[in-house]
Amino acid sequence: MTTSSTARNTTKNTAKSTTESTTESTTRTMTNRGGDVRLTGISKTYGSLTAVHPLDLTVPQGSFFALLGASGCGKTTTLRMIAGLEEPTAGTVCLGDRDVTRLPPHKRPVNTVFQSYALFPHLDVFENVAFGLRRRGIRSVKKQVEEMLELVQLGEQARRRPHLLSGGQQQRVAVARALINHPEVLLLDEPLGALDLRLRRRMQQELKRIQTEVGITFVHVTHDQEEAMSMADTVAVMNAGRIEQLGAPADLYERPGTAFVANFLGTSNLIEAEVHSTNGDDVVLTAGGGRLAVPRARCAAPVRTGGRVLLGIRPEKTSLTHADDSAGIPAGRNRVAGRITATSFSGVATSYVVDSAACPGFEAYVQNIDRDPRLVPGAEVVLHWNPAHTFGLDTAPAARAGAAEAGEEART
Amino acid sequence: MALLHRLRRHLVVLAGLLTLGFLLLPNLVVTVFSFNDPKGRFNYTWQGFSADAWRDPCGVSGLCGSLAVSLQIALWATLGATVLGTMTAFALARYRFRARGAVNSLVFLPMAMPEAVMAASLLTLFLNLGAELGFWTILIAHVMFCLSFVVVAVKARVMSMDPRLEEAARDLYAGPAQTFLRVTLPIAAPGIGAGALLAFALSFDDFVITNFTAGSTVTFPMFVWGSAQRGTPVQINVVGTAMFALAVLVVLAGTAGANRRRKLRG
Repeated sequence: MTTSSTARNTTKNTAKSTTESTTESTTRTMTNRGGDVRLTGISKTYGSLTAVHPLDLTVPQGSFFALLGASGCGKTTTLRMIAGLEEPTAGTVCLGDRDVTRLPPHKRPVNTVFQSYALFPHLDVFENVAFGLRRRGIRSVKKQVEEMLELVQLGEQARRRPHLLSGGQQQRVAVARALINHPEVLLLDEPLGALDLRLRRRMQQELKRIQTEVGITFVHVTHDQEEAMSMADTVAVMNAGRIEQLGAPADLYERPGTAFVANFLGTSNLIEAEVHSTNGDDVVLTAGGGRLAVPRARCAAPVRTGGRVLLGIRPEKTSLTHADDSAGIPAGRNRVAGRITATSFSGVATSYVVDSAACPGFEAYVQNIDRDPRLVPGAEVVLHWNPAHTFGLDTAPAARAGAAEAGEEART
Repeated sequence: MALLHRLRRHLVVLAGLLTLGFLLLPNLVVTVFSFNDPKGRFNYTWQGFSADAWRDPCGVSGLCGSLAVSLQIALWATLGATVLGTMTAFALARYRFRARGAVNSLVFLPMAMPEAVMAASLLTLFLNLGAELGFWTILIAHVMFCLSFVVVAVKARVMSMDPRLEEAARDLYAGPAQTFLRVTLPIAAPGIGAGALLAFALSFDDFVITNFTAGSTVTFPMFVWGSAQRGTPVQINVVGTAMFALAVLVVLAGTAGANRRRKLRG
């Protein structure tokens, strides 16, 4: 970390982030690690197709960061630009204070766990893991490789060829092969996609354990929202080449900023409503003839009387009471009356689909503690929930403004 | 009934053995007749046992000389065709360039064209260029027609190769040269090896094109053809049997090696 590189960095950043980067570089010098991954205005186009729109993103050093999105949303392209396997059309990639945008992949202190593992079929497990060390001219690799294989519990398999291993074992070889190089950043491109559900859950815990143990920055690309939420400290939800929203998993889930995020992360019931009035800290909305409240602070949409807002509530935060008992519902809760159209029992919980004037096909999950035998299809019920669990969204479908804000948020 | 039942159960094995017999019978005949003691000039009817020809394989004038020429040409043609063919295959499989489609189909032309036509046109070409017919013209012709077989074999292998393997190598600190030597080449090796073997067999064996482009040079197939007019020496069968035995040995050694490696790895 020379003075000149800090100076060069300063000219590139805005005044605000300059102060920030100076303080950061001090801490980085002390911990003697590479530092944050910083993408600035990075974009990728293939001919007329834009895979990634210009985006700014900072992945803090040592964090477990997930890029979440459906296939084709640009998350893998973003990852490959960090690895150097894809050259950005515009923008820069920085590791700490080093601009690595023009560096070829073999000169970047970054390693990747590929989607199909990409283990070398002509080399055994040991040589696969030793590959990176050998390429860097390290002679005595035996001890390191053996230790790494112990870490991923594959000591017995060292002399086997990769194709003789199970999917889970191959996956661990891929992780070991990348981690042994002590990269500043480990990139994981859907590393668990090929595994069955049970193994996937176990590998998620395993990866999380390894990340905590080695303290390396992990950037994890996945389309599995549950995987992203359970593993990552920070999740960035991508859609159509843009970051829709970025934050801690619980924040994203509890306060989605756009309808896309609300539906991509878990399930949301979205009710189109009209702003009626404001009452203290709450916004009062009307939908289907009833009144519903949402805290102003949880409303991502501009609030104007007569304006439209998309009101959202998670299925598991909703309670279901038979219409005959509706008098017992505490005051102050949002209520929607309707009729059950379908139920489905899954052991832990029962999910109900309720049609109402405000919202057709409202979903509610109820834990199977005391099951009410009257709650069958055709039954009249009242859905009710705490207004504090409600969130408000912009009715504009794409909500592009939200994406830009997410980029700004990412910078800070 | 019982016989029919047994027949049905072993039908696949039976069919396999019959096919194998059909394939091996000519080789067996060649081997048996290499121990013949022919009374006349022709080695076509069994006369009596003799190992004379095996004791003196070079006893016929010109035979071992032609064998040496054939082996030399086959080795150099294999080398030339394998190097050029591998590069062509990589170019076709990996890069987009002008006339890529044309090259892709033109490469098949030597395989599809009747050999006699190609041989005649090659002769015309060499004569018009004023080239002296002999070792070099044969070699050039052989490299040309072996090339397409190598391209086909290597291209199939390169196309089926996961491009992520090379990305993984680059990601793991291997520069372009290291990536090629440590990953690309070893993985493409079976295809290259298959192409090289094909090239060797085709070149060693070729008669038509060689005959047109040889001038006064005599290769082994030409020697066999030439001597068949005047009488066939037993030594031809000896060389044929030896080549066959060598090929079988190579295959067996390869299989045994692969088996042992598999066992070692568990």
